[in-house]
Amino acid sequence: MFDLSFTARTVLLGATLLGIVGGALGSFALLRRQSLLGDALAHAALPGVCLGFYLTGSKNPLPLFLGALIAGIVGALCILVIVRNSRLKQDTAIGIVLSVFFGAGIVLLTHIQKLPLGNQSGLDKFLFGQAATLLPRDVMIMAILGGVVLLLVLVFFKELRVLTFDPEFGASLGFPMRGLEVFLTVLLVTVVVVGLQTVGVVLIVATLITPAAAARQWTDRLGIMVLLAAAIGGFSGATGALISAGWARLPTGPVIVLVASAILLVSLLFAPQRGMLWASLRERALAARIRRENLLKDLYRWGENAGGTWSEPVTTALVMGFRGHTRQQLTRVARRLDRKGLLSWTDDGITLRQEGLEQAERIVRRHRLWELFLTRRLELAEDHVHRDAEEMEHALTEETEARLDALLGYPTVDPHGRPIPRSISGSDPQRGVA
Amino acid sequence: MSPSLIVILVASCVAAACALIGSFLVLRQMALLGDAISHAVLPGIVLAFLFTGERAPLPMILGAGSLGVLTVFLVEAFHRTQRLKEDASIGVVFPALFSIGVVLISRYAGQVDLDLDCVLYGEIAYAPLDLLYFQGNSIGPKALWVNGVVLLANILFVIVLYKELKLTTFDAGLAAALGFSPIVLHYALMSMVSITVVGAFESVGAILVVAMLIVPPATAYLLTDKLSTLLGLAVGFGVLSAVLGYWLAYLWDASIAGAMATVSGALFTLVFLLSPSYGLLARWLRQLHLGRNLSDQLLLLHLHGDDEPQSTDQLARRFSWRARRVETVVDRLEQREWIRRVADGIVITPSGELAIEKGGVGPLRHRPASQ
Repeated sequence: MFDLSFTARTVLLGATLLGIVGGALGSFALLRRQSLLGDALAHAALPGVCLGFYLTGSKNPLPLFLGALIAGIVGALCILVIVRNSRLKQDTAIGIVLSVFFGAGIVLLTHIQKLPLGNQSGLDKFLFGQAATLLPRDVMIMAILGGVVLLLVLVFFKELRVLTFDPEFGASLGFPMRGLEVFLTVLLVTVVVVGLQTVGVVLIVATLITPAAAARQWTDRLGIMVLLAAAIGGFSGATGALISAGWARLPTGPVIVLVASAILLVSLLFAPQRGMLWASLRERALAARIRRENLLKDLYRWGENAGGTWSEPVTTALVMGFRGHTRQQLTRVARRLDRKGLLSWTDDGITLRQEGLEQAERIVRRHRLWELFLTRRLELAEDHVHRDAEEMEHALTEETEARLDALLGYPTVDPHGRPIPRSISGSDPQRGVA
Repeated sequence: MSPSLIVILVASCVAAACALIGSFLVLRQMALLGDAISHAVLPGIVLAFLFTGERAPLPMILGAGSLGVLTVFLVEAFHRTQRLKEDASIGVVFPALFSIGVVLISRYAGQVDLDLDCVLYGEIAYAPLDLLYFQGNSIGPKALWVNGVVLLANILFVIVLYKELKLTTFDAGLAAALGFSPIVLHYALMSMVSITVVGAFESVGAILVVAMLIVPPATAYLLTDKLSTLLGLAVGFGVLSAVLGYWLAYLWDASIAGAMATVSGALFTLVFLLSPSYGLLARWLRQLHLGRNLSDQLLLLHLHGDDEPQSTDQLARRFSWRARRVETVVDRLEQREWIRRVADGIVITPSGELAIEKGGVGPLRHRPASQ
């Protein structure tokens, strides 16, 4: 597979280049919520390509690029004019420009194909892209255009960042925001034109957006995101080109898109912080902690009702009845507490140990303090505060608890007349928190 | 039926069905979801093809229709994770699905009788040749049957659920409060979009479906505020695009579907410029009118209650207007006999005073600005 033919190497180079430039520029489009602008620009470029061919009669890449560039810019302008001057919204304007320009392009394309010009075959490769038809001279032009685009992004990075995050602020600083918007659009059109031959009109949007969306999951910093998106784009381009070179009848463009989509999925799941896997693990850990705390609390209240003694074991069947747990569910919760020495579970039943009792007290204290706060300070009805306290008892921090205690004047009973436990540990009224 | 009549009929059915359902997409600002669906049904079509080995309409509509609904579901799922904005979710979902479709076609090129180019712009010109058979007898062109049924389904859908669609489109909150489920209706609408797109897919291709879905309703939306009128106009523009498009394609020897999209774009441009209510020209005239009225009022108010004539130079300095602007305003007011030129300037006439006291010089009658 590494013994690549000359053509395959050209394709590899072109696809990688496109991925890098697309990822970098796509980051700005993604953050500015203009993901689908790239799609519209790509479709709008088609009539330009056809006109370029029609007027010069050759497939020399330069006039085709130029035609696409102009048509893309005209398309972007049309979107702007429609949104500014009518009741139609951005999505409709994008849809109109995308489909009508493309339709006009198809008319030109089919018209040209039936002209007795010769040499016109291959224009339709712009629809799906056909990386295999890339010539070294095409890649050269791609490299030059892409290099210029990257250089411009580097030079105007600060301005583009302002445009992306706070255009109003930028305008107040005296940046020419309107001009920058046009500038960014021209850069986008250039990237689209660079990618036409490799991935085609339909899939270009993915080379812009998918790597950027993947990169977004890993970082909150624009600079890093742009670099990362370029890297992901380049990697997808290279991998896609290699895969489609290695297997027969696998078109390059779609494979590049699928590689990038796979990277996006992995990023959505596994990226630190934003990754959904970690988020769901965090959620599960929280739910497990809440279940453990509830068990400790339930045991505490049982002892409280039994006259303030916690030395007698509570039978397993009874504990299962507290929250309608099955034995299996109870085991999941209790075994961990047993191992940590917070309770002991024998054949006679479950007994809170000293440390477990202290933890349970803290939870009950928080529950009752919060109930008191809600009734006294927020003047809620006594029978309305329990559910809220059920949640807050797991969320309050030690510091908040101390403040709450001080605010309420170190109370001893909750709104329902039950004692607020502070015998074994907990905030000492003498110590105070001011 | 002559072949061209069949093509025109198929195109009209496609255009009318798309316009009906597309109107709700435009009104609900979901135009690009239609775009996404029209691309994403491709793998569904290919899979239906691979499983049945033929181009049977029903499996294709089922396969591709479910892919359309899957697209909507995926876009919303990605969006709901709060890790991607809605436009980005659309932008990553449909290229991935479309890529799967293209890869499938390329891998199984021998077994799939689908031309990639047709995927994009259809092959409506062959519609008269592809006949549907019932018990061995030809009962007419398949595309006409498929799209005719789809059109009927769309008409039924809109008629039966008109009230619900109207309510959820314009006031989703109220609809939910009244017990309608916007979500159920949303998915029903998206299913209809998917079915319509699949029906139209073979005739006009993925991207030109988008033109038929969005452009005629957008054109109609620039002409009316009434939903029923909008639906009627949208269908009208759609069918007109189909007929004119066919004629244009015939003239230029070019793709019919492409020409339909081009004509719909031209109609849109025309209405965008000339619509009496929301057109660019009307807007511009209104602004011009407002500006004139303002100048008239300013000048008349300035002269009001003052017996001393004012020279045009004085007025120009007072308002920092150019001399020519003063002259035009003075001419206009003089014509209405609200002011009079005297030897050393201009004075207000009694009828001018009256006009001012009545609270306005010009008929400030204009339609309220649209937004």
